[in-house]
Amino acid sequence: MGVSNTDSDKTQEEEQQDLPKVVLLRPPPAFSLIGEESFASNKFQFLKTYDSQLPLDQFLSTHSHSIKAILSSAGAPVNADILQLLPEVGLVVTTSAGLNHVDIPECRRRGIKIANAGHVYSDDVADLAVGLLIDVLRKVSASDRYVRQGLWADKGNYPHGSKLGGKRTGIVGLGNIGYEVAKRLEAFGCVVSYNSRKKKPYVSYPFYHNVCELAANCDALIICCGLSDETRHMINKPVLSALGKEGFIVNIGRGDIIDEKEMVSCLMRGEIAGAGLDVFENEPNVRKEFFAMDNVVLSPHRAVFTPESLKDLSQLVVGNLEAFLSNKPLLSEYVDNE
Amino acid sequence: MADQEEEQDNTGDQNHKPQDLPQVLVLKPPPVLSVIGEESFLSNKYQFLKAWESPLPLHQFLTAHAGSIQAILCSGAAPVTDDLLQLLPSVRLVVTASAGTNHIDLEACHRRGISVTNAGNVFSDDGADAAVGLLIDVLRKITASDRYVRQGLWVNEGDYPLGSKLRGKRVGIVGLGGIGLEIAKRLEALGCNVLYTSRKKKTFLSYPFYSDVCQLAAHSDALIICCALTDQTRHMIDKDVFSALGKEGVIVNVGRGAIVDEKEMVRCLVHGEIAGAGLDVFENEPDVPKELFELDNVVLSPHRAVFTPESFMALCELVVGNLEAFFSNKPLLSRVMDV
Repeated sequence: MGVSNTDSDKTQEEEQQDLPKVVLLRPPPAFSLIGEESFASNKFQFLKTYDSQLPLDQFLSTHSHSIKAILSSAGAPVNADILQLLPEVGLVVTTSAGLNHVDIPECRRRGIKIANAGHVYSDDVADLAVGLLIDVLRKVSASDRYVRQGLWADKGNYPHGSKLGGKRTGIVGLGNIGYEVAKRLEAFGCVVSYNSRKKKPYVSYPFYHNVCELAANCDALIICCGLSDETRHMINKPVLSALGKEGFIVNIGRGDIIDEKEMVSCLMRGEIAGAGLDVFENEPNVRKEFFAMDNVVLSPHRAVFTPESLKDLSQLVVGNLEAFLSNKPLLSEYVDNE
Repeated sequence: MADQEEEQDNTGDQNHKPQDLPQVLVLKPPPVLSVIGEESFLSNKYQFLKAWESPLPLHQFLTAHAGSIQAILCSGAAPVTDDLLQLLPSVRLVVTASAGTNHIDLEACHRRGISVTNAGNVFSDDGADAAVGLLIDVLRKITASDRYVRQGLWVNEGDYPLGSKLRGKRVGIVGLGGIGLEIAKRLEALGCNVLYTSRKKKTFLSYPFYSDVCQLAAHSDALIICCALTDQTRHMIDKDVFSALGKEGVIVNVGRGAIVDEKEMVRCLVHGEIAGAGLDVFENEPDVPKELFELDNVVLSPHRAVFTPESFMALCELVVGNLEAFFSNKPLLSRVMDV
């Protein structure tokens, strides 16, 4: 009991203490990229396990009564063990579109809602996918390297790239991002087809039941799907073989969707023509073999890294948390369509 | 008579008199000829007269053949000047293997009643893809972050700095010709707002038009230069334009190096007075200002925006098509209309 005897005289600190808590197991990249202030709210308070000296389970047990939500990002899985320690949690919000680090069935079982990044990233990821495709087809980064090494003056012209127009592009995963990629590729004169868990009834692009068949009929594959048990190493030797010597691959999904070792092998043997990669199996450790390749473009998992998207993300995260705490509908609730 | 002619044709090449075919002068082989190979340009309607293969001094060579040269196949490396035309009174057609015509004295051609054809729209798609590719690269720092990864910095230094979103960017197209229109189409698909300047407003388009390039720059987040090089456009992108474009502004050039005051642009880039550049052309190719090699916010391309094997094939067909049309008295395929 303090000196004050009315609610309005509570100190700011005391008011903060009363706020529902949102626990973070690791700092989301967005915090350092655009600043934590963008995620502040007077409806909740962040509780950071990584700022505490306590072992994780002890920390969580100590605060479990006040932790109503988890703000998660890749690298800190939300699994049954964690959820077990937090019986008051009713919402998991992630800063990513992908949810492979969240135990979705466990959340469902506990009646915990899930909200992800919705569509805030779709434009930027689609733009990067197109940028990577143009780069690898037209050798943009490779010829920039050539010029910077002084070779244009010394050795003359760098080999030509290949025209985009008329290329058959296969979208693997026609979700929101895949669809945005498809629309852009059409403007560049590419011919679009796709593979997805299910055929999309309102889309006129040719659908292929399996990704091998898609690869066999395409000049370039663009991987836009999520990582799941079904998609892990889905792009394997047969698929790369079907894609062929003149084929290209762009990956803006997750590194594990591709059998990376096999892809490196194919690239080294000239069994596929090139690759544009934003994601890798063991980030930030990119296989050294890639560094020697002129026909590969390497992007350090930054498809979503624009200040505009991250600002939109912060508003979405705060919006979801505030809506949940006010018993209002979530802004970007993840609903499993299967 | 007809039988005799037929007999002549049937007895093969040795009776066919090459010198009877109209001659097309080629001073230097255009890139497309070297890349695709001369065989693709062969025709029974004309023959190439290759100046570079002759031991004679050029002036003598031209005088010797002046009577039979009816057309010239040129490119940037082999300009067509009034002086050249003066030596070749039988020339009625100049074909250039490029979209640009700044190496041709168009006024002299017009005066002499000589038709000119260029590459038409064969390069428009590839030129547009390259221009937009450079814009995406500069805004989203694709090449720069590839460099970062290859230097091992992703592991050691963490995330590469943020790029900038494309959607909503105001992109000013300088020169809304064939390539410019294709660029606009692609930019729309990326959610950009298209603005432009051109010699004349295009009444069939709804993009906002600015008659002054400085005004365009002032209202743009990025400028894409895709116009021709002429006396009017030389160094058109100057200090004032860069100033109007501003610190957050980006420039892409797939036109000609000399359209931009390169020295001024380099200065602006080095001092952070504009945010970045994607450059396919330079004032003194293949020499690129060394200061640009130090910059992370610049993407350098060795003048190949339109160079894909597919465009080259299409260009070859167009060159041959124009020459054959001319020598068959048919309408030219890609006549350059304005002087």
